[in-house]
Amino acid sequence: MTELLKITDLNVEFVARRGTIKAAQDINLTVAPGEVLGLVGESGAGKSTIGNAIVDLLEHPGRVAGGSILFQGEELRGKTEAEMRSIRGDRIGMIFQDPQTALNPLMTIGDQLIETIIKTRGYDQKRAYECAIELLEGVGIDNAEVRLKAYPHQFSGGMRQRVVIALALAGKPELVIADEPTTALDVSIQAQILDLIKQLCEERQLGVIIVTHDIGVIASIATRVAVMYRGKIVETGKVAQILGDPQHEYTKALISAVPRADKKYHRFEAVDYIEGGATRKPIDIATHWLGKSRHQSDDQTPAVSVKNLDLSFTLQNALLKKNRKMLRAVNDVNFDIKQGETFGIVGESGSGKSTIARLISGLYTPDNGEISIQGQSVLGNQRDANIKAARRKLQMIFQDPYSSLNSRLNVMNIVAEPIRFYKLTSSEAETRQIVGDLLDHVGLGASVANRFPHEFSGGQRQRISIARALATRPQILICDEPTSALDVSIQAQILNLLKDLQEDLGLTMLFISHDLPVIRQTCDRIAVMRSGQICELAETEELFNNPQHEYSQHLLGLMPKLDLLG
Amino acid sequence: MLAFIARRLAQSILVMAVVSAVAFSLFNFVGDPVNNMVGQDATRERRAEIRLQLGLDDPIPVQYVRFIGNMLQGDFGVSYRIKQPVDQLILERLPATLELVFVSAIISLVVGIVAGVYTGIHRNSWISRSILSSSLIGVSLPTFIIGIALIYIFAVHLRWLPSSGRAGTIDFGWWKTSLLSLEGWRSIVLPAITLSLFQLTMILRLVRAEMMEVMQTDFIKFARARGLSERAINYGHALRNTLVPVITIIGLNIGGLIAFSVITETVFQWPGTGLMFIQAVDFVDVPIMSAYLVFVAILFVVINLVVDLLYAAVDPRIRIGNG
Amino acid sequence: MTNLTPSQNTTRFARFMDSDVLHSFLRSPSAMIAAFITLIFILAALFAPLLAPYNPFDPSQISLWDGKLPPSFAEGGDERFFLGTDNQGRDMLSTILYGGRLSIIVGLAAVFLGMFLGVTLGIVSGYLGGTFDAVIMRIADVQLTIPGILLAILINGIGRAFLPVDIRDEFAIYVVIIAIGLSDWPQFARITRGATLVEANKEYIASARVIGLPSWLIMMRHLLPNVLRPVLVLATLGLATAIISEATLSFLGQGIPPTTPSLGTLIRVGNEFLFSGLWWITLFPAIALVILVFSVNLFGDWLRDALNPKLR
Repeated sequence: MTELLKITDLNVEFVARRGTIKAAQDINLTVAPGEVLGLVGESGAGKSTIGNAIVDLLEHPGRVAGGSILFQGEELRGKTEAEMRSIRGDRIGMIFQDPQTALNPLMTIGDQLIETIIKTRGYDQKRAYECAIELLEGVGIDNAEVRLKAYPHQFSGGMRQRVVIALALAGKPELVIADEPTTALDVSIQAQILDLIKQLCEERQLGVIIVTHDIGVIASIATRVAVMYRGKIVETGKVAQILGDPQHEYTKALISAVPRADKKYHRFEAVDYIEGGATRKPIDIATHWLGKSRHQSDDQTPAVSVKNLDLSFTLQNALLKKNRKMLRAVNDVNFDIKQGETFGIVGESGSGKSTIARLISGLYTPDNGEISIQGQSVLGNQRDANIKAARRKLQMIFQDPYSSLNSRLNVMNIVAEPIRFYKLTSSEAETRQIVGDLLDHVGLGASVANRFPHEFSGGQRQRISIARALATRPQILICDEPTSALDVSIQAQILNLLKDLQEDLGLTMLFISHDLPVIRQTCDRIAVMRSGQICELAETEELFNNPQHEYSQHLLGLMPKLDLLG
Repeated sequence: MLAFIARRLAQSILVMAVVSAVAFSLFNFVGDPVNNMVGQDATRERRAEIRLQLGLDDPIPVQYVRFIGNMLQGDFGVSYRIKQPVDQLILERLPATLELVFVSAIISLVVGIVAGVYTGIHRNSWISRSILSSSLIGVSLPTFIIGIALIYIFAVHLRWLPSSGRAGTIDFGWWKTSLLSLEGWRSIVLPAITLSLFQLTMILRLVRAEMMEVMQTDFIKFARARGLSERAINYGHALRNTLVPVITIIGLNIGGLIAFSVITETVFQWPGTGLMFIQAVDFVDVPIMSAYLVFVAILFVVINLVVDLLYAAVDPRIRIGNG
Repeated sequence: MTNLTPSQNTTRFARFMDSDVLHSFLRSPSAMIAAFITLIFILAALFAPLLAPYNPFDPSQISLWDGKLPPSFAEGGDERFFLGTDNQGRDMLSTILYGGRLSIIVGLAAVFLGMFLGVTLGIVSGYLGGTFDAVIMRIADVQLTIPGILLAILINGIGRAFLPVDIRDEFAIYVVIIAIGLSDWPQFARITRGATLVEANKEYIASARVIGLPSWLIMMRHLLPNVLRPVLVLATLGLATAIISEATLSFLGQGIPPTTPSLGTLIRVGNEFLFSGLWWITLFPAIALVILVFSVNLFGDWLRDALNPKLR
């Protein structure tokens, strides 16, 4: 066995005020040359810690508490800082998550490359310069000689990540550790970067460790996988075996929670293993306060109707109109959402999908066009009683659970705020009772009412947001990427909850996401957006089975192949 | 870039307009300008003559325009107390202030930046710790107390240096310099140290904070992960990114020195413009007050303009747009 | 990572007792000493009339015969006057207690004025944006380029010039407070606006808007509590600066008049006698001032680090 890297019984701990946290426990791993090892796990599983421990760059107060790290047969533990420095870059390269911040903004790409090459390979200036050009060409950057003189801000995100890879390869390392290398990138760029890493790995016989939360990334690039859960590796094996026939309960739960683009389920199954999978205590909608708003879906008026919607943002202001740089975020968009359906909008970042959500919810005002909610136009004077009443029928769930709750208010006050503001109940006691019921209904339990947002995990916070949205008794719910900040297992729970709520309350939903599989699992009809325009609008199954527009076909083609999953 | 400069210029003109309006209203609404000029016991005819001479019966906007016109020609009227043209008074005292500010700027920038970078890199050494602790004392010591203490120690007690005034000046036309004689240096040392101490500590702390901020960034971590030496990381990557904001610090520094020169000059009876202003306030000598106001505004407008241009020159993100 | 740790008792007090800020405070001797000294100064200021052995403003208790006496522990001292007397025969300890009281009152009032103006304008311009924001922030930017102390001197000078001579001393304290407060507000406005912009972009604000809450309620209930952290730090450090500014103005003879002296005024008066060897008239007020400012600064410095999670 010629192992490049062999980790035995590695333990990493963080000594904190409230006790020692064991970030990685009894880790055993091997990486061979030419092999891509996927280290997969959800947030907090400890997967990044392992990468940092290998190169001895753990952040304070983390430290390796035991075990051995053999790199090419050489023990890395106990090496001095100077010895480690000669290993970092020279023999082990690292690729970081966010290319926006990984490069020094004040140095040209060339200077950063040449500096690294001189340090790692000991070349002179001239040879290093030639080598820098070679490296840039090697990672697929055209016109390398010119681009060497450019500063990082002159590159796009994907191009920057290529530069980061070139820098990581500058010292001809044998092992590359890539920590979520594609998470900050758009889907179409993701695929290219993964291809590049795979190709480099094969060409140079590199050992690669890819740290990721994304089963799709694993499926498309890894040779072997190690699954991490709460600081431990629960299962290791070939990709096909792990994804197709998982043995450990956690792996099974994780894989069943991954939304599939190739078939539609009614609900996600088997997500119970994962902690926080709270049991709901649903209330009886028919008799409850919450049920009073339940819409009788017999009339034909669309729940939301959008006509000729336009909105431009000013990118760069100037005195002269012709010099102003404008971005047409939303460009002549039309659609109707039927009562009780889930309408999806899918597109890459910058396609204008979130802008539409914010236009409908009144956070932005359109330049042109018409928006009506259940037949009532909601543009114009926002103090108008009819418009206010129509707007109240609509609520919104946001993307980032960590910023969508006011951290200074407790859960009771957060959820009760709309009830109190609109005086929807006759007494404070009733308000408190209803808030408790809502919290029960979304699966948190009434007992959490006195706690503050920071005590909850992302998924739980999203449940609080949902409870608050329900507190106005809405008929229409806009979900703007409600699960994209969550781990897949939590995502499955939240999607299940939304589905249940929709059925119970007869809600109409507008569901915004960049994630095609998620969209497929949740929506009845889908609009595909690109640069502010809808390029295709179709029933879900129709779109996935038979996409008409070129761009839809392109997007569908980029989806990670999950046929390895059973 | 041009638009940027144009915007800044427009802003500067606006500032000057506001400041000159304040100066103008000082002139017109504080006390009775005629009394201030000729005293209480002038005859009625003499008063009327002066009113006419000054145009005090014209509508206010006309007077304001005239005031601006005079100002642009450097005419700020005649001091009520010293009875000399104000522009001459300022020019006479300007070299004293500028030399004091110049010497202090050199001291505070050189020592402040070096110490700031040192403490930013060697975060936990005992030298850094003691520099930092004493810097907090520096921030807490009011300038005038430093001045008094230095005078007491070096002038009263040890008798090494003069306690006040400006000596040993050499004339270059209208510019009198004290930087070319030993006597001159002896008189400038104490005020310059007094003036620079507070700015020095501010610079030190700003540079250190900036340095530590930069050290936290991803690109420093990435540089570490590439195995670059501490030296290359500290001086090549971190320092350059630290120095961009430091340029603003230089601007702030010179501004701060001008501000505190008022205090230092009073403590040391240094014959500069700041001392002149304080004396003018004591006697409500409005022409000097308003002239000083306009003078300070011009100084700050110029400093800020220069800082903005320097900033653009250093940071490629401003210099070169998105490619 | 983990969650739902059963801590049912989550009153505000319990949260405070468990907070990292308190923990870091109890671990920092310098912060505790600084807070202790500051507290002593504030108490001494509050109870100055009770603590001071003499009332320096009561002519019947002052005798010129007692003038210029050194401290009781120095040669030629009088045991009645622990820290000696000034040129008018006032007990130094008493004048320092009363002077410190005045310095703290002026400092607090000036900081509150600046903070009130700055926070209000900062939140409104940050949240509403548009022309109002542009105008306010331009003014703040321009003002920020001029150091606060210079501005305070200028505004104070102009303010005094506008007051008739006979009431100048009587109103001097208010002019000083307004001058320092006005020179201070842009810092508060800047930092509040910055924090407001960050917070206003967060989704809880969007969510409050979608619920239909009016702007004033969003600003009061949601934005204000979330932007106060940096303001708190700035206010603490600003108090130190304001006390220095007042002392400086008084030292320059442009602040609090000698009839009701503040620490700065005392130092000014004493400075005239420094050359004739009467060191105690300057030294003791100066020491009081420096210790006060230093402990406020030390506390503010700690507070800034403690509230900045990045540095921990």
